[in-house]
Amino acid sequence: MIDYLSIYEKMHDNNIMLTFKGEVTFDLINSMLKIIESRLDMIEGDLKTRKKVYNVLVECLQNLVHHIDTIDPGEETSPYHSKTALLMITTSTDGYHVVTGNYIMNDKIEKLKDWLDEINSVSAEELRDLYKKILNNEKFTDKGTAGLGFIDIARKSGQKLIYAFQPVNDQYSFFSFQITIPKNHLSAQSK
Amino acid sequence: MEPLVLQPSAHTPSVSLNPNSGVCEFKGRSTPENSVEYYEPIYKWLDAYVTSPNSSTVVNLQFEYFNTSSSKCILDVLKKFVKLHNAGNEVKINWFYEEEDDDMKEAGEDYSDILDIPFEIQVIE
Repeated sequence: MIDYLSIYEKMHDNNIMLTFKGEVTFDLINSMLKIIESRLDMIEGDLKTRKKVYNVLVECLQNLVHHIDTIDPGEETSPYHSKTALLMITTSTDGYHVVTGNYIMNDKIEKLKDWLDEINSVSAEELRDLYKKILNNEKFTDKGTAGLGFIDIARKSGQKLIYAFQPVNDQYSFFSFQITIPKNHLSAQSK
Repeated sequence: MEPLVLQPSAHTPSVSLNPNSGVCEFKGRSTPENSVEYYEPIYKWLDAYVTSPNSSTVVNLQFEYFNTSSSKCILDVLKKFVKLHNAGNEVKINWFYEEEDDDMKEAGEDYSDILDIPFEIQVIE
């Protein structure tokens, strides 16, 4: 039998609030948001931090559902295919960490990487200007998204976007994304 | 023309657009699956309202959260009021935020920067 105790202990030691691997749908997202919201109400006293975590989570999840690439099971021999993703929310003394992982087609990596690097390279003020520019000038993408998700995540968290692309085969890679929402945002800023 | 009233849900705001009083209110959360679809009837209503508006229009926005696709829809909603204002009508936008919610305050400031219309950002008392 699998050592479930060690799995449980690992989850406990890493302060995992929620972890999910599977197909991401809007119904599922909504259920997860509900769970996290009630957990946050219990463990996070600072309204501002609660809102930030919720907000960042909404964007991360909607990114997942809109941009995930489905690997055609007919062509794949790997058992790790299909329209599934990874979501993990953990806490530490520093803050709340949201991790997502999903498959991406290799030919989309460069564009995404450039975009994430651009967001990471600019100041908070420049980020705000970029947000306003896109908000006011760009049209909705064909997926009905505004192209503002990652900027919003960076603005709300005040942190750099951490990511990695791990090659799976000549067509696909696995895109891992991590963002931290610092705790006590309010007191940290007013100091 | 009839008022437009939309009840709130876990992912959509309460909306109340009243042509008789000229008061248009949005309150709560806006994180729907398909923002464009959700806001479509609101755009339609506003397009009709702009053609025969109240002598004075007050827009109250009090969001708790909204996702980025809603942020674009909210801008498009506000642009309808700018059109009304540009046509010589009295229009005022009130953006409310909870004390300490700097993100929502900033969001209001962003809209205020983009739009050329009387726009007041105030803390909810």
